[in-house]
Amino acid sequence: MGSITLEKVSKSFGTTSVIPEIDLEINDGEFVVFVGPSGCGKSTLLRMIAGLEDLSGGRIIIDGKDMSSEAPAKRGLSMVFQSYALYPHMSVYQNIAFPLKMDGQEKSAIDKKVRDAAHILNLTNYLDRRPGQLSGGQRQRVAIGRAIVRQPKAFLFDEPLSNLDAALRGNMRLEISDLHHQLKTTMIYVTHDQVEAMTMADKIVVLNAGRIEQVGSPLELYKKPKNVFVAGFIGSPRMNLIEGAAAEKHKASTLGVRPEHVQISKTEGAWKGTVGVTEHLGSDTFIHVQTEGVGKITVRTDGDFATKHGQSVFLTPDPSRLHLFDASGQAI
Amino acid sequence: MATLQTRATARIMMSPAIILLFLWMIVPLVMTLYFSFLRYNLLMPGTEEYVGFLNYQYFLTDPAFFTALGNTLLLVGGTLLITVIGGILLAIVLDQPFWGQGIVRLLVIAPFFVMPTVSALVWKNMLMHPVNGLFAWIARSFGFQPVDWFAQVPLLSIVLIVAWQWLPFATLILLTALQSLDGEQIEAAEMDGAGPLSRFIYLVLPHLARAITVVILIETIFLLSVFAEILVTTNGGPGLQTTNIAYLIYSQALLQFDVGGASAGGIVAVILANIVAVFLIRLIGKNLER
Repeated sequence: MGSITLEKVSKSFGTTSVIPEIDLEINDGEFVVFVGPSGCGKSTLLRMIAGLEDLSGGRIIIDGKDMSSEAPAKRGLSMVFQSYALYPHMSVYQNIAFPLKMDGQEKSAIDKKVRDAAHILNLTNYLDRRPGQLSGGQRQRVAIGRAIVRQPKAFLFDEPLSNLDAALRGNMRLEISDLHHQLKTTMIYVTHDQVEAMTMADKIVVLNAGRIEQVGSPLELYKKPKNVFVAGFIGSPRMNLIEGAAAEKHKASTLGVRPEHVQISKTEGAWKGTVGVTEHLGSDTFIHVQTEGVGKITVRTDGDFATKHGQSVFLTPDPSRLHLFDASGQAI
Repeated sequence: MATLQTRATARIMMSPAIILLFLWMIVPLVMTLYFSFLRYNLLMPGTEEYVGFLNYQYFLTDPAFFTALGNTLLLVGGTLLITVIGGILLAIVLDQPFWGQGIVRLLVIAPFFVMPTVSALVWKNMLMHPVNGLFAWIARSFGFQPVDWFAQVPLLSIVLIVAWQWLPFATLILLTALQSLDGEQIEAAEMDGAGPLSRFIYLVLPHLARAITVVILIETIFLLSVFAEILVTTNGGPGLQTTNIAYLIYSQALLQFDVGGASAGGIVAVILANIVAVFLIRLIGKNLER
């Protein structure tokens, strides 16, 4: 109940091709995150799965049935929009009940389902309010409530947390993950925030300019990025990508090393440099070091490491955790 | 306007315009009020004298007054019905993307720029004329007896002419409201399984509620005083069938030369308009609060 297969799916607006051709398998119950920079086609892909955009080519198969040209409502999917798209003149209750009402279900059955959903999402006290009287997080929950009452085969989330402040975003991330464990329904989640992708996904699909760069579990992507793009996109702060002599020593055109895999010392090391900006997060410290010959390197170290701007330091990358890429950007 | 001084300056700067507007309104109103208590007939100059509420008594007990009141309400109500329903439908059509959209929108708005007298004459002589009119020609070419519009259904004819003039206005206001409807809401409703009709009833119509109230308010203000169309086409007739309050006052003043009676009628019309306004403001207030 809820496997989705994309076969050679492509999309073009006029003569511009947005998505060249994509094959993807999404298993039942999986939490899949589409992640990529803005304009990479991830939202378009989601809208194609939802049926809000026509396919230019290929097929979308949901639960073994070809749904490529079915109407959105017939596909059995629910979507949570970035702007929440709540109906402003209806109360929270009416908003959540709307899909059931459109389905022609009985009043008592609707009432039970709406109250169940409200209970799961902690909305019981707000059922009589209108969306305009709710906070961002509550609106978000109403949108999710409207999605879950239909008991869809899969949920589609289109950047649902981008309108919330940082603290609330963290909370909602947990709530959505929790919901996935409770419902065990397939979820497809679109975001440009790689932290959301890493923390929530079973499977991450990294998209760039309409192409899939890599598919894999969060740790796979972190440990074994297939190419420079994925290496640079996954992980925070970004991986240091070094070109030139230091890379050629390893017979590669680009050498990648994550900030957390660089040792910093005040006395000795492979690369010498001067400390630039230091970001203290309490638990960690990010130090941006301008090195001689290797360029700018970001280092992640523990919170107690004391440095001053302009101080000389030495860096040593962990040799077992170097990422090597050839001239075309592929991992060696 | 934060400080005391800037506020005072602002008041001084604004006062000439406000005083002018105030005089513009209050002088005619006071003069009308004054005339309405006089016996003032243009055929008997020099005999003006104070008669108390006699003018009001004559005007309000005149059977023509109630006919005119009914006609006014029918005219306003009928025109509102046609323009609001027609305006919604036209706005929905014009909101769809199609080739030549810009030109079609311009053409739809065009009737609003035609002067009331001109449009009434065009309707009277080119469209509704029982011999030369387009409608008569259409009826005859299908073998029907042509309708003599201004003789058989005079009030309906006036309503049609006025509605034709105000339809563009309603369409324009409703179209802009329609364009501000959030596309994601429609898409969400689509995913929720709502068909086109349900989407219209549950999403589009509630979204348009505000715009519809604005259209009703503004049109009512202007439609209460429709005059040119009646003067040009039917002269209030046959009989009193197309006489509204505005036309009745005109006939008192300039056909019967009774300025005092006409002034009393004018004051009555002002009071009636205010009663309508109170109802409308309440309706609007309810709709604009949310």
